[in-house]
Amino acid sequence: MIRAFILALLMPLAVQADTMRMAVTTSFNNSGLADVLLPAIEADTGLQVQLLVVGTGQALRLGAAGDVDAVLVHSRTAEEAFVAEGSGTHRREIMYNDFVVVGPVDDPAGASDAATAADALTRISETAAPFVSRGDDSGTHKAELRLWDSAGIAPEGDWYRPVGAGMGAALNTAAGMGAYVLSDRASWLNFGNKDGMAIAFQGDPVLFNQYAYLPVNPAKHDHVKAEAAARLEDWLVSPKAQALIDGYRIAGEQLFTFNAQR
Amino acid sequence: MVSALPLHLEAATLRRRGRVLVGPVDLSLDARDGGVTVVIGPNGSGKTSLLRMMHGLQRAEGQVRWALPADEARQRQAYVFQQPIVLRRSVLANLAFPLRLRGVPRPAAFAQAEEQAARFGLTGLLRQAAPSLSGGETQRLALARALITQPEILFADEPCAALDGSATREIEARLVEAAQSTRLVMATHDMGQARRIASEVVFLLHGKVHETGPAGAFFAGPKTEAAAAFLRGDIVE
Amino acid sequence: MDDLIAGLAAAFRLIVTADPELIEISIRSLQVTLTAVAIGCLLGLPLGAWLAVRRFRWRRGVIATLNALIGLPPVVVGLVVYLMLSRSGPFGVLGLLFTPTAMIIAQVIIVTPLVASIAHQAMRELWAEYHDLLISMNATKTQRILTLLIDGRRALLLAALAGFGRAIGEVGAIMIVGGNIDGATRVLTTAIALETGRGDFALALGLGIVLIVLSLLISGASHWAMRTERQGRW
Repeated sequence: MIRAFILALLMPLAVQADTMRMAVTTSFNNSGLADVLLPAIEADTGLQVQLLVVGTGQALRLGAAGDVDAVLVHSRTAEEAFVAEGSGTHRREIMYNDFVVVGPVDDPAGASDAATAADALTRISETAAPFVSRGDDSGTHKAELRLWDSAGIAPEGDWYRPVGAGMGAALNTAAGMGAYVLSDRASWLNFGNKDGMAIAFQGDPVLFNQYAYLPVNPAKHDHVKAEAAARLEDWLVSPKAQALIDGYRIAGEQLFTFNAQR
Repeated sequence: MVSALPLHLEAATLRRRGRVLVGPVDLSLDARDGGVTVVIGPNGSGKTSLLRMMHGLQRAEGQVRWALPADEARQRQAYVFQQPIVLRRSVLANLAFPLRLRGVPRPAAFAQAEEQAARFGLTGLLRQAAPSLSGGETQRLALARALITQPEILFADEPCAALDGSATREIEARLVEAAQSTRLVMATHDMGQARRIASEVVFLLHGKVHETGPAGAFFAGPKTEAAAAFLRGDIVE
Repeated sequence: MDDLIAGLAAAFRLIVTADPELIEISIRSLQVTLTAVAIGCLLGLPLGAWLAVRRFRWRRGVIATLNALIGLPPVVVGLVVYLMLSRSGPFGVLGLLFTPTAMIIAQVIIVTPLVASIAHQAMRELWAEYHDLLISMNATKTQRILTLLIDGRRALLLAALAGFGRAIGEVGAIMIVGGNIDGATRVLTTAIALETGRGDFALALGLGIVLIVLSLLISGASHWAMRTERQGRW
């Protein structure tokens, strides 16, 4: 009896046959799109994709170490470096979404009156309104730093709070502190704890956020499931994927725009 | 059967943190069946230490030499402590324990344990937890357990010191009975008991053997003044 | 307050509807933790008993190290195991990273010192009591340790339970080495961290309640098992 119970406990630890691992960003996973795509992928290709949800920085490290078979991230410079150093075979653009500046409903910095993203950030820094930064080397964090750079501001001081956490945790922190925070739209729409928070600024094209798919280079790591990664890539650029990605809605809003070149 | 006896002690000394507890001791223990050697002496004279040293519970300086290699000799000894030590198990499991250690299969060990329990009047207590027994019952169990391997030599360190009158009488009777087939070495502070059962006496004073001899001669007329004073009940220092 | 009530409601809903994902996650939590605790006990209990029984030169040092290892931050354990098991690490060829096996390895490292230390404390007391008897009966070293383990089983159960408590609620290490992969390495604690990250406090709290109930059940069950076993023998 006891032995049967122990066996039953141990059984499902065995690894399934046709699986591959993909590192994706927190923002992608928090959007909920994965829950739509993964079942469709498994149904169409027989491929079970295991997602490792991390920041862009760690996702690329996982790929470089050979611990995953592919990565799906959004930080163009880092992605190109990844391919250049031979960790990935190539970079394939799949879709984009956009970033929004989220802040307290009463908008103490007046960010909603800004004309550009740089202007909105300038207003926040000038009023020293609290701003939560991901501070985790993620794609969102890198996008935020680029925005500060383009506004000509070095964000420093008590009002600037890097939390070193994922998108959801950063949103929780911002909500708790009444702070501004840069978030991808998907994470924001899916976020459950929106009390007292609203979008303060959106729509500037510099806020666009391009997702790219990068298979890990089998020449560098021979255990990598290159064939599965290729099959997944074919599916991700297929009309079926396009329909699912463009058709994904939260609260009636489209989150992602498919833009892969076939 | 080759005997573990005689036991020879030569300049055997037991120390704790540099202080001599007993020794140096030169003493021989012969193989006589039915012999009861009683170790007497004032408190702190080293009775317990001498028994522990002979049994090998503590490593001694000098020589403690059995007629057999130490390990084999140990298999033929048993020891009953002043404060009986019982395992946190049932009486039955306690009795069977020495046999189990010797590799006797469980059913055989338990069968023997039940026989031994019957001999020692423990049958009604077999399923009880040993730590829940009374003082007399516990010492009876300890003695039954010590004898279950039919040791050639049994050390008993004031086995009745913590017991009341009737329990003392019973344990003493069982020790005498055991001494029919087992060489008994017993420490006691009870002179009445010593006179009743001793065939040989070792009188300790200040950690040294002060006088030895056959019990009859010793009790009739000790050779040393200290032993005589001790037997008179004087304070010996 | 609203979150708390919503959390309780969510937990209740998940349990009464026997939510398949919840069941899968709970079973995996138990698999990983029970396996880790079992291995931790297999290593830690004899080690604790051995440390109580044997005198050797580095004994004090080993005990001090053991006690220090109890305070080992799980996150650091996770990071080290991660670096070991990564494809570019020394044990990368095994391909164990992001598998339940990796999580078990990390938890074994976290649990074993705790189990061994508690076992050592208990065994030391018991050894002081049994020492003379076992020496007198000429018990071999193995027999001495076995006797201590058997007779100290209640204290050892407590050691195992402490290990279980530490392992089942642990999130830092298994998050790093397991990767919180849905359907493969997601367990209760990592799921709670995920749902909190998503701002879904109700579901997070629901999972938390399941976690607490689960550990209460396990602890209660082992106490019950031990009591009946004791009555049966005595």
